[in-house]
Amino acid sequence: MNNKGVDKSKRQFLTTALTVVGAVGTGYLAVPFLAQMQPSVKAMAAGAPVEVDISKMEAGQLIRVAWRGKPVWVLNRTPEVLATLKTLDNELRDPLSNESEQPDSSKNPVRSIKPEIFIAVGLCTHLGCSPTFRPEIAPNDLGEKWKGGFFCPCHGSWFDLAGRVYRGVPAPTNLVIPPYRYVTDTLIIIGESAEEKAA
Amino acid sequence: MKPTRLTECGNWILDRFPVTKFWNDHMAHYYAPKNFNFWYFFGSLALLVLVNQILTGILLTMNYKPDAKLAFDSVEYIMRDVPWGWLVRYMHSTGSSAFFIVIYLHMFRGIMYGSFKHPRELIWIFGMLIFLALMAEAFMGYLLPWGQMSYWGAQVIISLFSAIPVIGDDLSLWIRGDYVIADATLNRFFAFHVIAVPLVLIMLVFMHLVALHEVGSNNPDGVEIKESKDPWGHPVDGIPFHPYYTVKDIVGVGVFLLFFATVIFYMPEVGGYFLEHANFIPADPMKTPEHIAPVWYFTPFYSILRAIPDKFAGVIAMGSSIFVLFLLPWLDRCNVKSIRYRGGIFKKALLLFVVSFVVLGYLGTQPVTPVATIMARIFTAIYFGFFLLMPIYTRWEKTKPVPKSVTPVPSIEEHLHSLEEQLPALIEEITELKPVTAEIGHPAFKSSFFSRRPNPEGMYNVISRLAKKAKGSLD
Repeated sequence: MNNKGVDKSKRQFLTTALTVVGAVGTGYLAVPFLAQMQPSVKAMAAGAPVEVDISKMEAGQLIRVAWRGKPVWVLNRTPEVLATLKTLDNELRDPLSNESEQPDSSKNPVRSIKPEIFIAVGLCTHLGCSPTFRPEIAPNDLGEKWKGGFFCPCHGSWFDLAGRVYRGVPAPTNLVIPPYRYVTDTLIIIGESAEEKAA
Repeated sequence: MKPTRLTECGNWILDRFPVTKFWNDHMAHYYAPKNFNFWYFFGSLALLVLVNQILTGILLTMNYKPDAKLAFDSVEYIMRDVPWGWLVRYMHSTGSSAFFIVIYLHMFRGIMYGSFKHPRELIWIFGMLIFLALMAEAFMGYLLPWGQMSYWGAQVIISLFSAIPVIGDDLSLWIRGDYVIADATLNRFFAFHVIAVPLVLIMLVFMHLVALHEVGSNNPDGVEIKESKDPWGHPVDGIPFHPYYTVKDIVGVGVFLLFFATVIFYMPEVGGYFLEHANFIPADPMKTPEHIAPVWYFTPFYSILRAIPDKFAGVIAMGSSIFVLFLLPWLDRCNVKSIRYRGGIFKKALLLFVVSFVVLGYLGTQPVTPVATIMARIFTAIYFGFFLLMPIYTRWEKTKPVPKSVTPVPSIEEHLHSLEEQLPALIEEITELKPVTAEIGHPAFKSSFFSRRPNPEGMYNVISRLAKKAKGSLD
C-alpha cells in the first residue's frame, strides 16, 4: 500500500481538465439548442413581392396590403398635403431621412418615387404598433399642432404624411419605406427595388 | 401492545422516507411569530393561486391548439362546447389577475414591515425572481388566445428587445422565430408558458420557502423572535405554524375564495381589466386596435415606458423600475424594520410611492394625451425617487424605540368592547337634541318635542380629529 499520502495536484489537474471539457461540450450543445429557435427555412423563404394596382385610387385614399406578414400602406397624397409637408421640417427629428431606413429612390423630402404615391411599412419604429391614419387637420384629440399624419395609439408617436417622425415622441426614426418599383404608371411591385431592377 | 399492521407499514415507509421529519420541520415545529396580522395571509394565498393556475392550466391544454390558425377558435370552443370549459378558463384568467393582486400586497407587506432586511435579503431576491418569472408567464400566456390584444401586446413587448443596441434586432428575431409575430412565436410561447416557466416558478417558490424557514418569518413589529427563547428552545413569541397558522390561513382562503368566485361567476372580464375587450377579436396583423394597453398588472411599468420620449431610454427606465426593487435591501439604510417604529419621512415616502404606483397603473390603462404624459413623468420621478433617494432619507430617520418582544394583537372581544364604549359618545357628538314643533292633525294644534338631528359642527369635529390622527400616524 502507498503510504506517501495523496498527490492532490493530479486530482486538481483531472478536476480542472474535466470541468473545461464539460464546459466546452455544454457550449457546443448550446449552439443547436439556441439556434433551433431562429426562423426556419420556411419562414425565411416566405415573403414574395406583392403587386398593387393603384389605378382606382382616389386622391387622399389609403389602402393596406400585406407584405411579409406586415401591413404596407399605399397613400395617394393630394397637392395640399404635399404643400403642407414642406412647412414641417423644423418640427421633425429627421426631415431629410438621413438616419432612417428607405431605398435610395425614396430618400427625398417626400420619401417616395412619385411625390403623390406614398408607400411605407405601417409599423411604428418605436415598438411596432400600426399607427392610425389621421389625415384631418387639428382634430380635438390631437390638438392644434396636428397637420394630418399617422398617429401611433400605443405610445403617442407622431408621423407626418411622408412617414417622418416628429420631435419629442418615443419613435426614434421615420417609418420604414419598403423597396418597390413601378411596373407601369398604375401597377406597383412591393418587395423589389427600382435599383435592383435597373442593375 | 403489539404494533398493528398499519403502524408497521407506516414505520417501514418512515425508515426510508422521512415524511414526519419534513412535516415537523416545516409545519408542526416551525415556529412563526404570534402577532401575524391581515397582511400575512398573502403568502399562503399566492401558493393557493399557483396551484389553481397549474390545475386549470393542465385542463386547458387538453383542448387548446397552439396554432395561429386554430388558437382563437379553440379558446371559443373551450368557452362554448367543452363541458365546464368556461369555468376552467375563467378560473385561469381570473387566477392570473388574482395572482398579481396577491403578490403586490405580499410585496407591499414586505416593504412595510422590513421583511427584506437582514437576515432576509435572499428571501426578497428569490421573491423578486418569482415576480419576474410570473411576469414572463403572464405575458406569454396572454399571447395564447391569439386575439388582437394578444398579438399587438406581444408585438410591443418583443419590440422592446430590439431597442438594445447592436444585438437588439437579431435578439427580437430569435425570440419571435419569424420576421413578425407568427405561428412560430405562438407555438414557442405555448412551450414556455406550459413547461419551462412553471418549472422555474415552482423551483423558485421552493427556494423562497427554504430560505424563509431557515431564518424564520418576520412580523409586524420587526422583532427577531429567535432572540428570546423558552427553556425548551422555542421562541417565546412564536407559535407552531401548524395548527395555529394553517387554521388562520383557512379563514383567509375562505374570504379570498368568496371574492374569487364572485369575479368568476358574475364579472369574469371585470369591465375589460381582467380580459380586455379587444381580445375577443381574432389577431389581425394589418391593424392595431385604436387603444392598446396591457392587462392592469403591467400598466405601472408600461406607463414608465411611455413617459420617456426616447426608445432606448424608455426601455431602460422600464427595466430599471423593476430591477431597482432587487436592490431594496441595500438601499434602505435604516436599522429598524417595521413601519410601526420607523420615522415619519419613511412613512410619507412609502405613501407617495403607493400613490405613484396606483396613478401610473391607472395612466397605463388610458390613451396617451399631453396631460397624461406630464402626469406620468411626474409620477415616474416619484417612483424612482422613493428608491434612489432612500439611502439618503433613511439614514437620518428619527426612529422610535423597538420593543424587546412582540406587541399582542387585540382580540375581537377587545375590539368589540372598546367599540361598545366609544360608540354612544360618538353618537352623542355627531347628533344634537333639537326642539321641534309639528302640527298634529290640524294647523291649530301644535306640539313641541325634542328630536335627535345630525349636528354639522360635531361631525366636523369628529372628521378633523380623524384627519389629525391620520396625519399623526404619518410622523
